Amino acid sequence: MTFRIVHYINQFYAGIGGEEMAHVPPEKRDGKVGPGAALQAELGKEAEIVGTVICGDNYFNEHNEEAKKTLLEMIGSYKPDLLIAGPAFFAGRYGMACGDICAAVEEKLGIPVVTGMYPENPGAESFAKKVFIVKTANSARGIKDAAKSMAALALKLLKKETLGPAAAENYISRGFRRVFFHEKNGAQRGLEMLLKKMAGEPFQTEYEMPTFKKIEPCAPVKDLKHATIALITSGGIVPKGNPDKIRVSSAESYGRYDITGLNDLTPENYESIHGGYDTQWANADPDVVLPLDEMRELEKEGKIGKIYKYVYCTTGTGTAVAWAEKFGQEIGPELKAAGVDAAILTST
Amino acid sequence: MSREIEKAAGIPVVQIATIVPIMMTVGSNRIVPGVAIPHPVGKPELGDAEDKKARRKLLEKALEAMVTPIDKQTIFKAF
Repeated sequence: MTFRIVHYINQFYAGIGGEEMAHVPPEKRDGKVGPGAALQAELGKEAEIVGTVICGDNYFNEHNEEAKKTLLEMIGSYKPDLLIAGPAFFAGRYGMACGDICAAVEEKLGIPVVTGMYPENPGAESFAKKVFIVKTANSARGIKDAAKSMAALALKLLKKETLGPAAAENYISRGFRRVFFHEKNGAQRGLEMLLKKMAGEPFQTEYEMPTFKKIEPCAPVKDLKHATIALITSGGIVPKGNPDKIRVSSAESYGRYDITGLNDLTPENYESIHGGYDTQWANADPDVVLPLDEMRELEKEGKIGKIYKYVYCTTGTGTAVAWAEKFGQEIGPELKAAGVDAAILTST
Repeated sequence: MSREIEKAAGIPVVQIATIVPIMMTVGSNRIVPGVAIPHPVGKPELGDAEDKKARRKLLEKALEAMVTPIDKQTIFKAF
């Protein structure tokens, strides 16, 4: 049998136009269009692009729900076995659209999906964990290689073949780790890696560490005596009873608490709900984690202007980096709007 | 969290915690090493007076960190 594939592309690759036509709503055309020819060449006789759905990049992103609803109907009308979207290369809005429609199709139509883009495309960061994104070059010059990898992965998925590691299949890792028996044990493999490293030879880690971003340090506070300073903690210190039900670990929220008139944290007013350290000291005196008492002293003495009226609290154990970043992205603008000059963040 | 707050608010964020390599890894710029994981800003096992003294010292170091111009991740030791 020949598998049925629907292909998603934007207005540019459909030949409708560039930026000036990015507002066009979804449409469908039977058969292959534009880059569909390169994909079909790689797919051979085993699968056929039976239809192409097209949407302007701006339309997709500005009328997201509406666009997805219409596109899902159009895609479903072809009764496909698989959806291919893009490749989007380094086009940001197109990449977001490809990732988004793939995720929606997999969820609502229950068929496998493949897209392709440059790893730094924002669509990759947003959707790599959800859908298969083949790594491509940053421009359409890489169409041949992209089509080859995308078609190969599509055929494997259609035939329900077992996939190799992401690097071998040339897609961006989705973070899954499959258990299997290796002919060599961990000690042997580790030692081999070490010897390669010492010899300056290339080697592949079996567990990649996440990469963290670095930023330029901000300018220092000029006038401490008039500065407003915020206190923040990931040490799980919260008002007694944990009113916002912040999780004891793997937190997905934080709390903002008014400390107006509060000079000392005590077992009567605050507590530690942190699930990652022994909380006996913090519960006896929460100031050992969130140092409000001595900050009030510094405030009284005029060493600082004042303490910001809210403290921000969460638990930082098993908390996903993405959540911690999100908390920061929400807290930061609030501090800025409130005219806070600096912050002290304590962690356990 | 400290990095994103600093970036979004445009203000120096001083992080006080015990595991310095983690703060370096996640991208905190002004770092004050704390006392211990369960009590980063205090020495409660030494009694109330010593506890407060240690907390005061750490906070003064944090204030020093926030008024110090830096061009890369910097560790400010209180002890």
